[in-house]
Amino acid sequence: MAKQTVTLKVNGADHTAEIDQRLLLVHFIRENLALTGTHIGCDTTHCGACTVILDGKAVKSCTVFTVQADGKEILTIEGMTTNGKLHPLQEGFMEEHGLQCGFCTPGMIMSSYALLQENKNPTEEEIRWGISGNLCRCTGYMNIVKAVQYAAQKG
Amino acid sequence: MIPGSFEYHHPGSLDEAIALLSSLGDDAKVLSGGQSLIPMMKLRLAEPAHLIDINGLTDLEYIKESDGYLTIGALTREADLDRSDVIGKKYAVIHDTAHVIADPQVRNLATIGGNLAHGDPANDHPATMLALRAEVVATGPNGPRTIPIDDFFIGPLTTALAPNEILTELRIPAPTQGSGGAYLKLERKVGDFAIAGVAAVVTLDGSGNCTLAGIGLTNVGPTPLRATAAEKFLLGKPLSDDNIAEGGRMAGEASQPTSDHRGSAEYKRAMVKEMTIRALKKAKARAEGEQ
Ligand SMILES: Cc1cc2nc3c(=O)[nH]c(=O)nc-3n(C[C@H](O)[C@H](O)[C@H](O)COP(=O)(O)OP(=O)(O)OC[C@H]3O[C@@H](n4cnc5c(N)ncnc54)[C@H](O)[C@@H]3O)c2cc1C
Ligand code: FES
Ligand code: FES
Repeated sequence: MAKQTVTLKVNGADHTAEIDQRLLLVHFIRENLALTGTHIGCDTTHCGACTVILDGKAVKSCTVFTVQADGKEILTIEGMTTNGKLHPLQEGFMEEHGLQCGFCTPGMIMSSYALLQENKNPTEEEIRWGISGNLCRCTGYMNIVKAVQYAAQKG
Repeated sequence: MIPGSFEYHHPGSLDEAIALLSSLGDDAKVLSGGQSLIPMMKLRLAEPAHLIDINGLTDLEYIKESDGYLTIGALTREADLDRSDVIGKKYAVIHDTAHVIADPQVRNLATIGGNLAHGDPANDHPATMLALRAEVVATGPNGPRTIPIDDFFIGPLTTALAPNEILTELRIPAPTQGSGGAYLKLERKVGDFAIAGVAAVVTLDGSGNCTLAGIGLTNVGPTPLRATAAEKFLLGKPLSDDNIAEGGRMAGEASQPTSDHRGSAEYKRAMVKEMTIRALKKAKARAEGEQ
């Protein structure tokens, strides 16, 4: 089985590991780094629960090989909090009841983060388009949209 | 789901990538955005022994206008096509297409080259490239060659690319004055593949007669299809409602849909007809200067 040593910067810290070349990024994040905030929902590139930020762009980590991310930077939900202080998006999801079971939430937050990086003041339509790669089976999306609006207002 | 084992290659140049493909033969697959290939590998529908990741070849990511052509590098991402000013202003049909492919995360990685090289009649770019009469540039050990889009799609998931060739560029003839195009896609939900899709491109002369018509169809046949009879019918005629309706009828007849979970063959054919009519109307309005 083909092995390779990779170094990824995850949430600001370098991690070097010898891995199987076929290891998916989501498994590296969850199993090698024990960062289990990134979820696996569908495992077929549809639900977005596995969304992380790879070199500034939102991607579905169940559909990227870890070797492709060698030398790159990754941000996961665990990296959103700074010095114990919640990110405005995390606060927004809490304040606006943007979650029920919470399974989709890390992916929703990472997609919304990518959206707000590009567009500080999105319309409701733009928010819905921005999270169109993320499925939520609980909330009906209304409060997720409000949570993103809350974060956009807080800047 | 865990894909089968493979050996990963990360060439730093196009020559190196082609040399690898030539020496590894059928056991190797090119990895671009991976948004079709990786799902297939996870389902073990594809089990390549070697993956040749060409994402390091960043000089294949570009959108340029030169010598009467729009050229797009094969590694250009859907998200970049969606954002591009040139495409938005002068090639609305390509913008329409990239905008409705998959979802934001997938569009960040998926490439136009992969979308065509995959040869999937469900993918959206093929119909648009048929309508635009694009050329595909394939580069192999003997250098680049140009393949007219009509010769590119050979069968389901099969293209004219040789196993040791890499799709490197799309070449689209620049539109002349009085041209416009539109892509319409009927889908069950945002991000799904098309139930049916229609790309229409027209050029009108000073008196409003159609001097060029291109109509491509998505996901209604074993390959992406060109509605040849409808194109021929429209040539030389004004795009009146009656002529557009007849073009739509002919495009519906040219489609070869099968019944599946997205709908019956009859329904899809009716949708091709109606969407061709709408796409032609939108293309005409854009040719007349509407954005
Ligand atoms: C959830 C989801 C929804 C989707 N919805 C749509 C949709 O609505 N419309 C749509 O059009 N597509 C859709 N796609 C497909 C997506 O656009 C694919 O990414 C695209 O079809 C393939 O591009 P890629 O760069 O990811 O190619 P890859 O997956 O990397 O490769 C696909 C195939 O092409 C070959 N290949 C790739 N690049 C080259 C090259 N330069 N030269 C030679 N061979 C090459 C590979 O070897 C492989 O066989 C969807 C995908 C997903 C996961
Ligand atoms: S787990 Fe990756 S998209 Fe669903
Ligand atoms: S909160 Fe349960 S899936 Fe979104």
